[in-house]
Amino acid sequence: MVSAVAVFTGIGVAAPNGLSTPVWWKATLNGESGIRPISRFDASRYPARLAGEVPGFDAAEHIPNRLLPQTDHMTRLALTAAQEAFDDADTDPAQLPEYAAGVVTASSAGGFEFGQRELEALWSKGGQYVSAYQSFAWFYAVNTGQISIRHGLRGPSGVLVTEQAGGLDAVAQARRRLRGGSRLIVTGGVDGAICPWGWTAQLAGGRLSLADDPTRAYLPFDAAARGYVPGEGGAILILEEAAAARARGARVYGELAGYAATFDAKSGSEQHLSGVPGLRRAVELALADAGLAPHDIDVVFADASGVPHLDRAEAEAITAVFGPRRVPVTAPKTMTGRLYAGGAALDLAAALLAIRDALIPPTVNITRLAEGLELDLVSTEPRPCPVRAALVLARGRGGFNAAAVVVGARPH
Amino acid sequence: MTQMTRMTLAELTTLLRECAGEDETVDLDGDVLDTPFADLNYDSLAVLQTVGRIEREYGVLLADDTVAEAATPRLLLQFVNAGLTEARTRPAQA
Repeated sequence: MVSAVAVFTGIGVAAPNGLSTPVWWKATLNGESGIRPISRFDASRYPARLAGEVPGFDAAEHIPNRLLPQTDHMTRLALTAAQEAFDDADTDPAQLPEYAAGVVTASSAGGFEFGQRELEALWSKGGQYVSAYQSFAWFYAVNTGQISIRHGLRGPSGVLVTEQAGGLDAVAQARRRLRGGSRLIVTGGVDGAICPWGWTAQLAGGRLSLADDPTRAYLPFDAAARGYVPGEGGAILILEEAAAARARGARVYGELAGYAATFDAKSGSEQHLSGVPGLRRAVELALADAGLAPHDIDVVFADASGVPHLDRAEAEAITAVFGPRRVPVTAPKTMTGRLYAGGAALDLAAALLAIRDALIPPTVNITRLAEGLELDLVSTEPRPCPVRAALVLARGRGGFNAAAVVVGARPH
Repeated sequence: MTQMTRMTLAELTTLLRECAGEDETVDLDGDVLDTPFADLNYDSLAVLQTVGRIEREYGVLLADDTVAEAATPRLLLQFVNAGLTEARTRPAQA
């Protein structure tokens, strides 16, 4: 099964600019942003006060009552997206052999809001006041576990923790599982820690935008870039072995054709100063894995850090591989904020729908590229253009680089 | 600490709902006294969570084995109420 082809057959989305795939995709093509003042807690006395929050989410409407006392907000979003992905894929895992389907998701922080509430109970009232469900509700692997239990997926499962690179790393791990003989893997990532504890941790990272204007706060590649706005949500994707998908007559969005991950050398080290930058190596290795050349790629979904020196490093990597302004680049995450483990999963969903609709979703709010960045940025309006192959880039804090190539369904 | 003499089935189902939710296919207001917790779709963690709450609200301490042995609401109520009786008759500590 080493040569097993991995195809995407289902998409579920919980995004700050739309709950459910059709609502989010329509908003994304319309350039509608979900970045707003934080409503989930009183952030008025914090230095950063904007976030991308999933709108109109009524947990009781989507989550079985038994799961409400044991789930963090971001797990509820993940379960909702997973249900949508299964409905979209029109498949019932109960029909598969017992260990043929598994779950591999990405996570960056686990259930922080749940954890904060229980830790507050611990220090203010005592151990007997801590929920028994704290034993797993704040774990990195909790979304994988809850999706596995709810849908009866007993095959190979796990969680990838590589900050914002996780969305791609998880999908690549899912592909490895298919190559190992699994038939279907639920993958992607849904993340979020918009609570005082989570917010404090993110502020300590020093990269959050402190701006109060939602249209001027997160401006990757712009001359006025000043950090990023975090958000919550992401996408859950159904990845199936292509022959099995074809046998059941599944609708196929596209194929995970290439992937690579690299790790940055220590800043200031000889390797860091003289070697090829890690992100560029990831792009080149992912293209080689897909058997494609740079000119085969019709669009790049950028990591789009919003931190000026990281924007520059990414623009330079893209230019080094593709040439100056030679490939359309977009960052629809300017409408959601950075979703950590959910971010690249949502970009993969956008890439698959760009292939389906022959439309590149726009980047919003960018008015002037930073000096020296040679990017063909798709801004303001979606760009009609055939998309046969898309490259998705993601970087995780601490040196993680990942690149994935998705292509439209092809006969095998 | 509130001293309650007896815990009723209605009080138990109220706490079960609050602590562990209620399965959509189950009617907790029905005759569930002898229905195994497993058939009410409560796993051991759900019972553990509820027992913790009972201990706090009723001022009773239940042995760890209780959770494992109390397979039905009737058995759990028997353990709780035995504990309450014992607490009431125990001489006050100095």
